[in-house]
Amino acid sequence: MLSSSLTVLIPFLPVFSFILIALVGRKYFPSFCGALGTLALLVSFLLAATVAYEYFFVVGKVAGVYQQIIPVKMTWLQFSPNVSIDMGILLDPISVMMIVVVTLISLMVHFYSLGYMKGEERYATYYGFLGLFTFSMLGLVLSSNIFQIYIFWELVGVSSYLLIGYYFDKPSAVAASKKAFIVTRFADLGFLIGILVLSFYAGTLDFQTLISRLTTQSSPQFQSIAAASFLGCSALTWGLVLVFIGGAGKSAMFPLHIWLPDAMEGPTPVSALIHAATMVVAGVFLVARLFPVFNMSVAALDVVTWVGLSSSFIAAIIACTQTDIKRVLAYSTMSQIGYMMFSLGVARNTGGENGLGYMASMFHLFTHAMFKALLFLGAGAVIHYVHSNEMKDMGGLRKLMPVTHITFLVACLAIAGIPPFAGFFSKEEILQAAFNSNKIVFGFAILTAAITAFYMFRLYFSIFWNKEYHSHNEGHEEHHGEAPFTMKLPLLILGLLSICVGFLPFGDLVTFNGQRLLTEFHITFSIAPVLLATLGIVIAWSFYRKEGPAPQKMADGLSGLYRGAYNKFYIDEIYLFITKKIVFNLVGRPAAWIDRNIVDGFMNLLATITGQLSFLIKKMQSGRVQQYAAYFFVGVIGFVLIFIYFWT
Amino acid sequence: MNDIGLIHFLFVSCALFFIGIYGFLTRRNMITMLMSVELILNSVNINFIAFNKYLFPHKLDGLFFTIFIITIAAAEAAVAIAIIINLYRNHRTIDVEEVDSMKY
Repeated sequence: MLSSSLTVLIPFLPVFSFILIALVGRKYFPSFCGALGTLALLVSFLLAATVAYEYFFVVGKVAGVYQQIIPVKMTWLQFSPNVSIDMGILLDPISVMMIVVVTLISLMVHFYSLGYMKGEERYATYYGFLGLFTFSMLGLVLSSNIFQIYIFWELVGVSSYLLIGYYFDKPSAVAASKKAFIVTRFADLGFLIGILVLSFYAGTLDFQTLISRLTTQSSPQFQSIAAASFLGCSALTWGLVLVFIGGAGKSAMFPLHIWLPDAMEGPTPVSALIHAATMVVAGVFLVARLFPVFNMSVAALDVVTWVGLSSSFIAAIIACTQTDIKRVLAYSTMSQIGYMMFSLGVARNTGGENGLGYMASMFHLFTHAMFKALLFLGAGAVIHYVHSNEMKDMGGLRKLMPVTHITFLVACLAIAGIPPFAGFFSKEEILQAAFNSNKIVFGFAILTAAITAFYMFRLYFSIFWNKEYHSHNEGHEEHHGEAPFTMKLPLLILGLLSICVGFLPFGDLVTFNGQRLLTEFHITFSIAPVLLATLGIVIAWSFYRKEGPAPQKMADGLSGLYRGAYNKFYIDEIYLFITKKIVFNLVGRPAAWIDRNIVDGFMNLLATITGQLSFLIKKMQSGRVQQYAAYFFVGVIGFVLIFIYFWT
Repeated sequence: MNDIGLIHFLFVSCALFFIGIYGFLTRRNMITMLMSVELILNSVNINFIAFNKYLFPHKLDGLFFTIFIITIAAAEAAVAIAIIINLYRNHRTIDVEEVDSMKY
């Protein structure tokens, strides 16, 4: 049987380490905090692995179907006999898979940071924040209640804000953290309203009850939510789309993606954590968690599909033109998350062939976590070595950094979808799901896959081949080699995982209805994507293997498109235009005027009157005792006269 | 004018009271002001005794009140003199016109 106390420890170990570091560690044993955080995460990961093993192979399956297990549940706030906010843990295939992913990636990041962040001034604080971040995400994936998920959702937002703004003396980092927080907060407004809509109609906040009530066609709750309509869509669709807006904000879906590239201002391991395991997959997880309800509304799923697909495609194009290696990786994350989203969007009608999209999305989430963490950690090692984020400062690093080179190559092959690396299998499932449901989606998806291969190998060749490396800060690289052991080990582990996790029988473990989903491997189907990906790689090879004029010529040939993509299609500028020119002028300034002149004016008037009055009468306070006595005496006489003549 | 009645006592006490008020408001020396306060208190005492004698001859309430007031007046004098001494130490004067630093 699953031990409930062990399950509880998984999210709580990181937060214990956070509390310990924040209260005493930061002050008394700062250099030991990294080891403390890593140790807590290691135990947490081992527990998660145990729970996953027990769940998937011992207790989870009853009569061939994976059950939802709630080992812990306590009522936190009871609103009415039927509605309460509970704090609980819900174990089902996706949450069990997520705790493994989150603890594993977080452990790798913790371990890697031992080397990467060594000597930083706020080293202990950094580990404290990492613990908080991991705790928030674990709490999010384990939530048994839609309000609980919202609480952890916001905690994720806060801790990502703290980590992105880690270098708070850099103005760009401060701006980036504010941007991330405000954009996701803005999206969370949609999420909150969505929660209220769904729970209002379902009459509960509990996931299991909510899902079962809203997916039973005959239940009164479903009938009322489907019947209520607003602007031509049912309340169900509205609620789901609003929830999806929250998910899109966290998952950096177009057009709420603008915070993600800027979030690169944080330390590189944090980017790995945000991109691979903790923050951006939260949106995908949310949609997957509520997928049975999404499944009842075709319109909502269409929104998910098209938002995912457009993000995926746009991000891939932008990624081709960026020169900051972390930004390229950021856009590739956005593109891959888009994949997961539209894969969920095309999964309809539960089981069988049509349920493939759901399983494929989760599979891609899993494999993507491995190779994206690897890419970021590798990029971190490169940045650590070169002391620059710009591609033009790199090149020819393959001999200087052999371990990073090989692992980075593995990750690039995995993300490009080359067999037998992990990304191939999951991407294959997604493409197949898209092929089965919608040919247009499939067309864009396969095109994106080719572009992905191109820009990833553009990155790879620019870093490791291209030209001979010559250092930009002279005499610096002599005194450190490629990277310390603590940084290499996570690269090697993740590299190994990126090669082999694709062979996991995912269809047996994580499926929509808990039943086994037989996935057939069509060799003929996979020819086209692999060929296209190879084509992308070859183009990148011919352009970037050696420094040459070809890329520039290509950019000139496509000047309009290139400039648009280089400037991220001016989406940031559009946002700035809307906020600065329209919102500020039409809403902000009038509101400020009213505040300054009417609200403040009224208060100022009161204060002025009081001040003037007291100025007039302050002379009475002369400090002379006899004067006061005379006032007193006159007053008494006055009272006496009143008593005698007027008081009857 | 063959008999002294209540009204005569009240006249005396009233005169005493206003002499006290006048002294309190016009004298600058704090000791003199304290003496004026004593005059006011004594005028009240006379009132009490007079009312007791003429209106309620069988009771002793007024008498007791007078004794209380005398006691309190003694205590008050002690406190007031302590204040005056402190004032003198701080300001080297007991002229109330000079001591007006506690103002706006």
